[in-house]
Amino acid sequence: MPLTHPETELHNPQSTKPPLDPHLKALENEAIHIFREVAAEFDRPVMLYSIGKDSSVLLHLARKAFYPGRVPFPLLHVNTGWKFAEMIAFRNEIVKRYDLDLIEHVNPRGAAENVTPFSHGSALYTDIMKTEALRQALDAGQYDAAFGGARRDEEASRAKERIYSFRTPDHRWDPRNQRPELWNVYNGMVRKGESVRAFPLSNWTEVDIWRYIQAEDIPIVPLYFAKKRPVVERDGMMILAEDPRLELLPDETRREEVIRFRTLGCFPLTGAIRSEATSLDDIISELETATVSERQGRAIDRDQSGSMEKKKREGYF
Amino acid sequence: MTAPATANAVQEDAAGQVLAFPASETARATRDSRPLRLITCGSVDDGKSTLIGRLLWDTKAVKEDQAATLRRDSSGKQNDLGLPDFALLLDGLQAEREQGITIDVAYRYFSTDRRSFIVADTPGHEQYTRNMATGASTADLAVLLVDARVGLLEQTRRHATIATLMGIKQFVLAVNKIDLTDYDRARFDQISHEFRELALSLGVRQVTAIPLSALKGENVVYDGRASMPWYDGPTLVEVLELATTRSSQTVGFRLPVQRVSRPGESFRGYQGTVAGGSVKPGDSVVILPSGMVANVTKIVTFDLVRNAAVAGDAITLVLDRQVDVSRGDMIVAIDSQPLTGLAFDAQIVALQADGIQPGKRYWLKSGSRRQRVQVQPASQLDLKTGKWEPAEQLPMNAIGKVHLAFDEQAIFDPYEQNRTTGAFILIDPDTNNTVAGGMITAKRSALGGIHTEDARVILSLPADLADQLMATELFAARREDAEVRRVSAGKASEIIDTIDG
Repeated sequence: MPLTHPETELHNPQSTKPPLDPHLKALENEAIHIFREVAAEFDRPVMLYSIGKDSSVLLHLARKAFYPGRVPFPLLHVNTGWKFAEMIAFRNEIVKRYDLDLIEHVNPRGAAENVTPFSHGSALYTDIMKTEALRQALDAGQYDAAFGGARRDEEASRAKERIYSFRTPDHRWDPRNQRPELWNVYNGMVRKGESVRAFPLSNWTEVDIWRYIQAEDIPIVPLYFAKKRPVVERDGMMILAEDPRLELLPDETRREEVIRFRTLGCFPLTGAIRSEATSLDDIISELETATVSERQGRAIDRDQSGSMEKKKREGYF
Repeated sequence: MTAPATANAVQEDAAGQVLAFPASETARATRDSRPLRLITCGSVDDGKSTLIGRLLWDTKAVKEDQAATLRRDSSGKQNDLGLPDFALLLDGLQAEREQGITIDVAYRYFSTDRRSFIVADTPGHEQYTRNMATGASTADLAVLLVDARVGLLEQTRRHATIATLMGIKQFVLAVNKIDLTDYDRARFDQISHEFRELALSLGVRQVTAIPLSALKGENVVYDGRASMPWYDGPTLVEVLELATTRSSQTVGFRLPVQRVSRPGESFRGYQGTVAGGSVKPGDSVVILPSGMVANVTKIVTFDLVRNAAVAGDAITLVLDRQVDVSRGDMIVAIDSQPLTGLAFDAQIVALQADGIQPGKRYWLKSGSRRQRVQVQPASQLDLKTGKWEPAEQLPMNAIGKVHLAFDEQAIFDPYEQNRTTGAFILIDPDTNNTVAGGMITAKRSALGGIHTEDARVILSLPADLADQLMATELFAARREDAEVRRVSAGKASEIIDTIDG
């Protein structure tokens, strides 16, 4: 019998998962296309894995893109040493469960000079432990392409960034001279030492990420869900007070609050929000009525306008 | 969405803290369609950034902390409604903020209860035509902005022409700053009439003209009935919600192969994104350029084995026999194949300072296929007059017709029929930079010209050129083979449009 309107999703009788809505399906298709294109065109790709929700979606899409094969590149985690403990436990579990190759890099200068967010301030600390560390790791692996989970809706300078974002041998981004990018035809030609940062999630928004996590049942770090946790108020942010290295200042007190995190980074620089959202449904409905953006909880973005552009020019993701 | 325009303004206390936002109308319904991609274009002072800022603001895509940053950055530059300078929302680069202009394409996201939208916000300056072409390449619809006090400009024709060349068939003419004409209906009617004439000359028939004030938020998201009782058409957002996304499902099956998946001896699959038509197990396919034939046995995806895949789906295809397939090949329907050959005609947009040099060898990338090509410019479009003038090279921002000559078989569909397999970029092998975007118009036979398998060609020519051609010996000798009719330019484009479907 001829099919006039081909049914694209034949329900797997073993699967109770309903088909994706067309909006998420279109975003997923685009991301898979980018993953395959980069993997085919570059000699040494790597995927930046930061353990957060966007990284979780990115990893899920990578597994889909190369199925039934294995993800054909390693994951790179640039560890500052100040991540939430639950993030590291989650990372280790995921790597084991999905049989992934993980490379972990910590800037040796951090340990040698004892660089911490408390002693060096958030800007210098981020510069050394994230940007410089990332450059070290990319140089060491001689990677010519690095996937990242950045989205254009996150921040003004990212709204301008290409899906294939060209970097000079010293990892610099020149926002004024980006290669034009037309249709879905990507220019992957680089010389030795040059590289491309590839962003499969460019066109996703925060709510798309959450709706996709829900639709695809993607595991995420439990810190995204509300729970009673010890916190302390500092610089207008509620930070998690679990790590023994966090020393309370004289006027600070530790207290219990029902909180969750909208983004995850280094615990001393990531603000929690008061929230009752204990499920993905709760998170999505909270988001749809939210009046602040997700990066509001990130200390490093607030230094000055254009601070993300500055960091990106220097090699930050 | 309906609300008095004044109710949209955000209330603030003395410290500039945001106290209240316009209440959210209804709970969000589940989205039932693909995101609409649109491009906005206009001249420098038409208020384009303000319009997009207004769209983001009134659909609540701007959050409080972003608004606070905006207020800090726009101190002293607030408009008379007490709203922040929306342009700063969009001009994300330091250089853009400093110079107060938009340099590069920015992508913005917003949604309503009915649909989500991806906006490519493109610069208005002439020297950034290339960025407009970039934004237009993926767009389903173009919003062209004009200042109601000024009317159509040369830039309007330029933008409409580029958008049309890039395959956009739906246009919205946003007649902005209508408040500054005291909501002059006759003025609006005159501008929209002029634009319809222009659009028709380009062969575009889907045009909606809307009188609006981006600054006051009238007819953008909320209607402007209070100020313009004479306008009963849709708001901008209503038009966007109902626009169609492009689809390549009606043409023949195309799968440009991105990579071959061989996780073990027992499995061999061809991975790529369906670029046209549909496929199902049992279909006979041809692998190009080799011409080998096979049958589809399975369509594999992560979640499930599918019984069909359509244009846009990222899939892994398994065939019933061992055939030689590698990256850059195309798997296509046996009964509806693309054009293959060594010479093609195309239109290109030159994107870099060096332009396009005659006879230079470039890399051409289309889909997953990259090959060497020699490019010979033939003519350049004069954007002022809409006429093609002979040209031997193309400077930056020029739109030209070129001949492409390949060393190895190339595989294309005409861009009119397929926006994926008909599109390509040119890469300069000296700099590795992308120097042009191009669209295939036809395959060239060895003798040149547009002669292909089809037996007849319909030409729409200016009457004086037709007179000259008909006066030639060659034409006179075969006069009985030709049918000639005199029609208006509008009628001709209408007829040709009908043929293209």
